[in-house]
Amino acid sequence: MAAIPLISARNLTKIYAMGGEEVRALDGVSLTINSGDYVAVTGASGSGKSTFMNLLGALDRPTSGHLSVGGEDLSEIEPGNLAGFRNQMVGFVFQQFNLLARTTAVDNVALPLLYAGIDSAERREKAIACLKLLGLGDRLGHHPSQLSGGQQQRVAIARALVNDPSILLADEPTGALDTQTSTEIMAVFDKLNADGITIILVTHEQEVADHARRQLVFRDGRVLEDRS
Amino acid sequence: MNLWASVQVALIALRVNAMRSALAMLGVIIGVASVIVLVSISEGTKAAVEAQISRFGTNLLIVRPGSSIFGGRRGGAGSATPMNDSDALAIRDEISGVSGVSGEVSTGASVIAGNVNWPTRIQGVNAEFFDVRDWILDEGRLFDEDEDSASRRLAVVGQTIVAEVFDGASPVGQTLRVGGVPFEVIGTVEGKGQTSFGSDQDDIVFAPLSTVRSRLGASRTPTVRGAVSTIYVDVGPGERIDNVILDIQDLLRLRRGIEPGADDDFSVASLAEFIRARNETESQLGLLLAVGAAIVLLVGGIGIMNIMLVSVTERTREIGLRLAIGARPGDIRNQFLIESVILCLIGGVIGLGVGISGTLIYAEVGQLEIAVNPLIILLAIGASVLVGIFFGLYPAHRASKLNPIEALRFE
Repeated sequence: MAAIPLISARNLTKIYAMGGEEVRALDGVSLTINSGDYVAVTGASGSGKSTFMNLLGALDRPTSGHLSVGGEDLSEIEPGNLAGFRNQMVGFVFQQFNLLARTTAVDNVALPLLYAGIDSAERREKAIACLKLLGLGDRLGHHPSQLSGGQQQRVAIARALVNDPSILLADEPTGALDTQTSTEIMAVFDKLNADGITIILVTHEQEVADHARRQLVFRDGRVLEDRS
Repeated sequence: MNLWASVQVALIALRVNAMRSALAMLGVIIGVASVIVLVSISEGTKAAVEAQISRFGTNLLIVRPGSSIFGGRRGGAGSATPMNDSDALAIRDEISGVSGVSGEVSTGASVIAGNVNWPTRIQGVNAEFFDVRDWILDEGRLFDEDEDSASRRLAVVGQTIVAEVFDGASPVGQTLRVGGVPFEVIGTVEGKGQTSFGSDQDDIVFAPLSTVRSRLGASRTPTVRGAVSTIYVDVGPGERIDNVILDIQDLLRLRRGIEPGADDDFSVASLAEFIRARNETESQLGLLLAVGAAIVLLVGGIGIMNIMLVSVTERTREIGLRLAIGARPGDIRNQFLIESVILCLIGGVIGLGVGISGTLIYAEVGQLEIAVNPLIILLAIGASVLVGIFFGLYPAHRASKLNPIEALRFE
């Protein structure tokens, strides 16, 4: 099967106006990422790596240039359809987990399905399946406060996966975890990628970046290095 | 995202901050409760007034002499030349639309039966009086026109007299000494209870007008033959009361020789209007209180809005996350709107309970008959939902407009 690019960016530019000054967060980035890739995005803070991730996840829109993800042209997509794109195409994993407090693991994982309009029985079934996949079959009814950091991040990964997205976007997924737990979480990512899901993760830790097959190094809104 | 799921999300959020939610509700609770209490009491008062009017007879007109003027000095109400028997007859015979007329004189006297002595009021009335004032015969009979003209010493007594003077036994056929004059009790009338002014209407003895005037000296005036203090006029059903009033005024001006342009020296009052006028101030007060209650509700709504804004700020990260995993801005808006409506609805239901209990307690303490109108339940629920929507809209809108990236970074 020929590698059809899952993500294709052409001359992608994002300019923020900050205090009357223009900041070129992304300055003409062109690249492609294939389906099944495992990409680490690194760079100093302010290098544009987070902006790149936000554009990939349709949390933000480019100022100019083209970005297509999974055949959808994100620079053209209607604002009203962005939610659907985020719901179906990508799954987000955050540094701070961002789980809803006082809400069980199952309900946290089922949340994206709620917005996909899936009925409650199916939501629960899928959420439980996802949690089991991540080894949390015995923590279904636990609240985030009753879970360790690594377990919370695994719940968050389960939530990102529950809607079968094409791409997993992880922003510093190990930033809040100790070394041993980080290793566990990275093992989870490695396995998921081996199962076929495209993973793009932002990190500033080289050990984490080394798990990926491809590393993009950003500086001043441009791709400085693209190593495979 | 369906409604039930949104409701569940909202309930969880409210439970998480139970104390804060309860305090935010307090304004709505107090507002709804006071609206219910005030509307119920005001409605109850209105119903009581209407009942009173119909008890008195809505078709009743009261004709009284007005103020006399001697050289610029006004004599006060009732000081003008009294009405007399022939005025009453003229009204009955010459005014169309009148179905009954009775003069009235009254005096206070002690009545004695057996060894009981009881000070009461003696009313001398014409035979038609009982129809005109809606006194219903309880036992025995009433006196007729001939007995009235013949100044017979007959008495018809009220229920208080039966109870106090005759110890509850039937007084018909008994002798009642009124101010030293023996009267034969021929009948009793059904009780009417207290007036709204608190006087006992049943503490009364009725006797033929001419008898009371000649034997007991009531309304004896040297200048006027056959004087009466008041003439009661019953307007027939379906007749225009205001037209009858105008006709009586014209007739009496003529009979009393009042020149065109001069003021009437008598009054023709409709009792229903009198009672309504007296209660108008009360209902205006009720309206004022209802406005006050509405303001409380408004302030309660502002409290809700405040708490919702706090909640939106506090949950900025949560909103960012929801947006990132596929919530549409509309979903976020609905979530907060539903939360606000539920908050108000719970407050409204509690307020409803408090308001109904308050009304019932008020009715119990004040010995009033106040029914809580079922419509008020709809009103309370509707008002709370409206407050929830109105004051929840802005916070909900603000939540839905959050930028997901900034929201996710929010500390």
